[in-house]
Amino acid sequence: MKTLFDKIWDAHVVSSVENGPTQLYIDRHFCHEVTSPQAFNGLRERGLKVFRPEQTTMTADHNTPTINQDQPVKDPISRNQLDTFAKNAAEFNMPLFFPLGHTKNGVVHIIGPENGFTQPGMTIVCGDSHTSTHGAFGAIAFGIGTSEVEMVLATQCILQSRPKTMRITFNGKLGAGVTAKDLALYMIAKLTTGGATGYFVEYAGEAIRSMSMEERMTVCNLSIEMGARGGLIAPDQTTFDYVNGREFAPKGEEWDKKLAYWKTLKTDEGAKFDKELVFDAADIQPMITYGTNPGMGMGIKETIPTLDTIDEAGRISYQKSLDYMGFQPGEKLEGKLIDYVFLGSCTNGRIEDFRVFANYVKGKKKADNVVAWLVPGSWVVEKQIREEGLYDILTTAGFELRQPGCSACLAMNDDKVPAGKYAVSTSNRNFEGRQGPGARTILAGPLVAAAAAVTGRITDPRG
Amino acid sequence: MVPLPIENVDTDQIIPARFLKATDKNGFGDNLFADWRYNKDGSPKADFVLNNQLYTGASVLVAGKNFGSGSSREHAAWAIAGFGFKVVVSSFFADIFRNNALNNGVLPVIVSPEFLSNIFAAINSDAKSTITIDLQNQTITNNADGKSESFEINAYKKECLLNGLDDIDYLLSKRELTEAYEKAR
Repeated sequence: MKTLFDKIWDAHVVSSVENGPTQLYIDRHFCHEVTSPQAFNGLRERGLKVFRPEQTTMTADHNTPTINQDQPVKDPISRNQLDTFAKNAAEFNMPLFFPLGHTKNGVVHIIGPENGFTQPGMTIVCGDSHTSTHGAFGAIAFGIGTSEVEMVLATQCILQSRPKTMRITFNGKLGAGVTAKDLALYMIAKLTTGGATGYFVEYAGEAIRSMSMEERMTVCNLSIEMGARGGLIAPDQTTFDYVNGREFAPKGEEWDKKLAYWKTLKTDEGAKFDKELVFDAADIQPMITYGTNPGMGMGIKETIPTLDTIDEAGRISYQKSLDYMGFQPGEKLEGKLIDYVFLGSCTNGRIEDFRVFANYVKGKKKADNVVAWLVPGSWVVEKQIREEGLYDILTTAGFELRQPGCSACLAMNDDKVPAGKYAVSTSNRNFEGRQGPGARTILAGPLVAAAAAVTGRITDPRG
Repeated sequence: MVPLPIENVDTDQIIPARFLKATDKNGFGDNLFADWRYNKDGSPKADFVLNNQLYTGASVLVAGKNFGSGSSREHAAWAIAGFGFKVVVSSFFADIFRNNALNNGVLPVIVSPEFLSNIFAAINSDAKSTITIDLQNQTITNNADGKSESFEINAYKKECLLNGLDDIDYLLSKRELTEAYEKAR
């Protein structure tokens, strides 16, 4: 009896080091401009080629502007990084290279699934912690460092210690106006940012099963925010329907063969996990964060925990965090004025997120006190926004659409929230300075972000 | 030793994203903890521990639990190594940071919460207090009170650190196995 994780892991073991890690074969490697240059340098220094170039997909996303992408990038250091990325792709004969402006360009964890690179049963890595996103397809997907990027480029393998397994089950259904992001923020608040460190998590239960692929990706994406190595969901008809017909997905007989295998990818009845947690989806409210890590979250109508509820060793950090945010213990945040709204990122930059946002703001107007950055996750998403008529709804409500990229999620480009300003953000991290030096981030789902964008305040979208 | 009794120090604090535009591994030490360490004009913030001359030349960073959470950026490990730290002691590390540190010759040492608070207490009463780390025997000793604890490290990684080996050499030596695996699928 095996867990889903065990089945995929065991199918990818090439060898094991005695008393040490496993040599794990990697099916798909995603690569972006920020965490790869030193890895390619390493190959050069060792005189190595890329072992399996066709198994690496390259896209520029982290350090790219979200306006005027047809013009040369202004910042010379960023331009050099993008040029280096292109030079490396050319020198190492990488066939899947999607630079700025390419129709397949976009955020790495968005273009992978939408082009069919991401498939059930795979091992997937990328020099980015949110690689856990791809686990939504029933894949073992996790973030790695640059030394490990070099390993994968050189050998298509990685040395990894086997993580422990955890299953988190969400029974029942999410309430109206509660999104997959709220479910994830709720879970991280319960577990804390280190609560799943050392584990690979399988998500299960009715609330997960009834989610679309986009929603499942949002949940798996945030696995890392509670420290998990990754998170995954057993593939089902929803998964197969999503993958079928995408450009790099298997076709014809190959599809039939793969599909038969994918259908075996589920945890056997009675298989043991190292840890099991169960939540009731009906308990989950629209969530916001009040502090400087994603575990500091609460229901939108709740009040910030007081100091006496925090363990003693953590009080200095807790107070430092609230001081940074300009909040008081015990304070209620609903109704508080905000300055910025960011819709986008690998967490919430997919077409469904734009549908949710557009559906809420339809017939309403953007608040005058709010600067809103709406950043599609890819050009494919951008095209879909136009084709589905969402673009007209958004512009009528006073919103503009920017060009694809990671943007204000990590603010490597010019999309920086000014010091002291409050941003309601659909991204994944509210760390100090994450969205710009001194920026104050309130993480939320696309629906809470939409409500904040039209009222200019932290607002419960359910009214 | 440099004491940093803050919990959940994420890699965005260790090295903020705007410093990730480089294409080599050099110079990150200068921007280690940049937003806590420098004012807007680039002058050092007097109250940040790395700017306290009492700790100049330290090779051990002692940090609150869950150190290195967040982004997978290896730049965080390069910044810590670049500054001159050889060891980070905490009661808990995030997974990816721990791997990245080991891949850059920085030893993450996990101690019990009590041991950690005793080290902080020792530094508090004497800024020059020391610890002894014996990698071969996997022990850490707080020289202020003489107490020791053993710490865990993967046997393979220990060999790598002691002998200066790296994973890529190992994986390259297994190329035939990799090719056999590919054929057998």
